[in-house]
Amino acid sequence: MLEISGIKAGYGPVNVLQGITMSIADGEIVAVLGSNGVGKSTLNNVVSGIIKPREGKIRFEDNDITGHPPRSIVEVGISQVPEGRRVFPNLSVKENLELGAFRRARERMRANFERICDIFPRLRERLDQLAGTLSGGEQQMLAIGRGLMAEPKLLILDEPSLGLSPIMVEEMFNLVQRINREGLAILLVEQNVVQSLGVATRAYVLEQGRFALEGSAADMLADPRLRQTYLGL
Amino acid sequence: MSSLILPAILGGLTTGAIYALIALGLTLIYGVLHIINFAHGSLLMLALYGVYFLHLFFGLDPYLAIPIVVPLFFLLGYGIQRGIIAPFSGGKEQNVLLVTLALSMIIDNLALYFWTSNTRTISLPYAYEMVEIGPAFIPLPRVIAFFASMLCALILWLVISRTRIGKAIRAVAVERRGAELVGIDVQNTYAVCFGIGTACVAVAACLLIPTFYVTPQVGYAFVLIAFTTVVLGGMGSFLGALVSGLLLGVIEALCGLFLGESLGQIGIFLAFILILLFRPSGLFGRRAA
Repeated sequence: MLEISGIKAGYGPVNVLQGITMSIADGEIVAVLGSNGVGKSTLNNVVSGIIKPREGKIRFEDNDITGHPPRSIVEVGISQVPEGRRVFPNLSVKENLELGAFRRARERMRANFERICDIFPRLRERLDQLAGTLSGGEQQMLAIGRGLMAEPKLLILDEPSLGLSPIMVEEMFNLVQRINREGLAILLVEQNVVQSLGVATRAYVLEQGRFALEGSAADMLADPRLRQTYLGL
Repeated sequence: MSSLILPAILGGLTTGAIYALIALGLTLIYGVLHIINFAHGSLLMLALYGVYFLHLFFGLDPYLAIPIVVPLFFLLGYGIQRGIIAPFSGGKEQNVLLVTLALSMIIDNLALYFWTSNTRTISLPYAYEMVEIGPAFIPLPRVIAFFASMLCALILWLVISRTRIGKAIRAVAVERRGAELVGIDVQNTYAVCFGIGTACVAVAACLLIPTFYVTPQVGYAFVLIAFTTVVLGGMGSFLGALVSGLLLGVIEALCGLFLGESLGQIGIFLAFILILLFRPSGLFGRRAA
């Protein structure tokens, strides 16, 4: 459904991404792994239209979406849950969720709202609370819920486990599998290697703006040499 | 003397309502775009001339001009943000400051060039009709100005708090990246805000002209007070602008009463200095982080 080919992108004179080619098929969970500063968030932001690539093409369901603005990317069915959650702290939980449907699936807002409150009962208890007063885990749920409000076909999760307690991390990865089972493709960008490989179908390892390694998640977990060299395990 | 205080307070509230309305536009632009709009007073002056000429050439009553002038000024504000401020500032906030300052100089001097510095007023048959409110007699246009300003503030508040664009505006104000990622068009939202802020001064112009005058410099008097109002209320605070606008109107009226009419504005700037000394975040502002 998503095909990225030869993407180069960056800030100022520096190319952070130096030729990225990858694909995501329907219903897959694809993990992009790598440590800080290798270009994981840049990749997400190129796909979401925040950063325009200098070279390369992005196709989504046979449409060229290279360089389209973020709102068009949301419109075709790609939502990003950004690193650091980026919820609207001055708005209530309910309003945050409603804004998730700003560009897409607005006519089904009520139904999606109920569905998301069923997935995250803790949000339902806090609908009138300002998002800024939620705990980190709750904000992460809200950010995912907001992303789901647009009924995306592909959900990009940027470091969803960052800053969460171990129990919440566990819960987060269970959730990723659960929403994937409902037919959503997921691009999971993480530093948490073991758990990401545990839920992903395939994985890419990003190093210095290039993919150093790609393959099935199960193979990567099993291969002792790869584990040592690239995953630091 | 005490029999004069209540009328002064009531009169002050009618002036203060206009201050509040102008400040609401300014605080909205500051709160969302994070820019200080120096052209706010010039746009008020432009709107005053607009209403003046509509009356001069077409005999249009200033109140009936509201449905014409307000949408036009919304579009003007929208266009200024989209066509001038956004492209010329290149996203840097210090540039925006200079762009709005330049804009105000250009507008003011063009007004001076085309319309000269003559003071112009319009005379309306009802301008001196008095309304008796308790112990006070207040000119009808000022009573209208008070209630119309409060109505505008209410409408603005409903738009910001209840509508889809209002939610988008509040989202963009604090979390721009998050707003982009849910598909909000940030530049469009900025321009809508600038448009609404400009529409506020257009309403104020229609309410002011029956009892006021217009010259190319008239904006300065109001923009200084508007800045004071915004700072007093807390930068970007809606309720703060409303309350402190009314408060400054009353302070001005009371100082006028005790110190003499022409010295009324001393009170406004005294209040400004005091607030900067003792509560720099303003009455309703969040403390600086």
